[in-house]
Amino acid sequence: MGYFLQQLINGVTLGMIYGLVAIGYTMVYGILGMINFAHGEIYMIGAFISILGFILVGLAGITAVPLALIIVLTATMIFTAAYGWSVERVAYRPLRQAPRLAPLISAIGMSIFLQNYVQLSQGAQVKTLPPFIEGGVVLLRDADFAVRISYVQLLIWLLTLVLMAGFAWIIGRTALGRAQRACAEDRVMASLVGINVDRTISLTFVLGAALAAVAGTMVTLYYGVVDFFIGFLAGIKAFTAAVLGGIGSLPGAMLGGLILGLVEAFWSAYFTTEYKDVAAFTILVLVLIFRPTGLLGRPEVEKV
Amino acid sequence: MLSLAHVHVYHGPIHALRGVDLSVEMGEIVTLIGANGAGKSTLLMSICGAPRAGRGRVLWDGEDITDLPSFEIIRRGIAQVPEGRRIFSRMSVLENLLVGATPLEDGQREEDLQRVFALFPTLKDRQHQRGGTLSGGEQQMLAIGRALMGRPRLLLLDEPSLGLAPRLVQRIFEIIEAINREQNVTVFLVEQNAYHALRLAHRGYVMANGRIVLAGESKALLANREVRAAYLEGGV
Repeated sequence: MGYFLQQLINGVTLGMIYGLVAIGYTMVYGILGMINFAHGEIYMIGAFISILGFILVGLAGITAVPLALIIVLTATMIFTAAYGWSVERVAYRPLRQAPRLAPLISAIGMSIFLQNYVQLSQGAQVKTLPPFIEGGVVLLRDADFAVRISYVQLLIWLLTLVLMAGFAWIIGRTALGRAQRACAEDRVMASLVGINVDRTISLTFVLGAALAAVAGTMVTLYYGVVDFFIGFLAGIKAFTAAVLGGIGSLPGAMLGGLILGLVEAFWSAYFTTEYKDVAAFTILVLVLIFRPTGLLGRPEVEKV
Repeated sequence: MLSLAHVHVYHGPIHALRGVDLSVEMGEIVTLIGANGAGKSTLLMSICGAPRAGRGRVLWDGEDITDLPSFEIIRRGIAQVPEGRRIFSRMSVLENLLVGATPLEDGQREEDLQRVFALFPTLKDRQHQRGGTLSGGEQQMLAIGRALMGRPRLLLLDEPSLGLAPRLVQRIFEIIEAINREQNVTVFLVEQNAYHALRLAHRGYVMANGRIVLAGESKALLANREVRAAYLEGGV
């Protein structure tokens, strides 16, 4: 029982990180109808920027953990968002009128470019961060097993919940959210009610990248290791989560992320760690075969 | 106020507009009639740059708006009620109306909302319903209401009567007239229902094969033998 609970906690934590990244995929898909395959790299860049941030904050002599955390998170979100904005500007906007396959290829190119860019500029070695937030709370003590939630995990849960609430508010209640949904439904009509479609799309990339930046920072804190290749696997996992939840659906992305995180955690706990990726991708294949619209997705056919 | 000079539009290989000249003056209701496929909708959309005129100029208030992005044109006081209404069907009625207020920097949204609700009381009753669940007539009202939320000076309407029951058509036309008179909005109306349109409008243009073939006062067009033969007889 204790072991099970512990895996539940680990799985939810992992799932929240997947969910944060998955939202970037699903939002861009909703508005542009394309998969932004460079989004995993944006997440990886976020992780790198956060490591740099933690080092700089340490050098500056800021030792209060909450303050350091706020500074690093804010800076990481801003710089990563700038990367997200640039990717759209350089790789997708010129292809707005092109056939659907063109931006997809451009996205894969962007992904490869960003990986190599980070590898060249940061080196191929694994970067490590000494534990920044230590300790945790013991929730339950069995005969021989203590269920523990670390402060980093708590932080991930809290941040994710706050961000989700903020996001639901932006999409559901603000003029920007309405503009995004209008663009997602009918881009031409959106421009005919006076919406600046290009700006709305840019902001969508900025928001997605900011969430990926938070995920990247959290992973840095959680695992303490980062390399230039982490974006690939995390990207595909988050993409799987988005498809599982129903691509285009924001609650779906979060739900998909959670399910995927839990599956991975339990698979590693009860079967074998080596094959946890196989479990994740089996889900992707099964969903694509049996329920391509995902758990919360809309069927393609709409009543006119 | 609005004038088009030698406007050509190409849809790929198709030459949809072949040198259109027309003008709409402040306070007028002007209609554009013609058969299916004459290029009426294309003309209306090209005023907003979707599609953009390949040759020729579109002037609005003395400014050349031919090459402006669509949203900039809309923000200069032109509103579009396009063919097929194109309401945002997954958004609520209220949200559709709020999106319509985008051209206004600050906007007295509440006041504008009440004005639209006064014009179309059913929209008020259904404001929390999804746009896609409305009937055809209600969707038309929503599309017009959405356009009015931006406080346009010029309202472009593409076949507002299409697919509506005769009584509703009558109602929509009355509302268009009221918008023109009471809110001082200039109206440019594309219609297949030539009889109703010419009765409503002050002036009219007749279009065929991407060209304006006839223009004049509505009364004169209603009496014109060619117009009667082509668009009115047996139609109404």
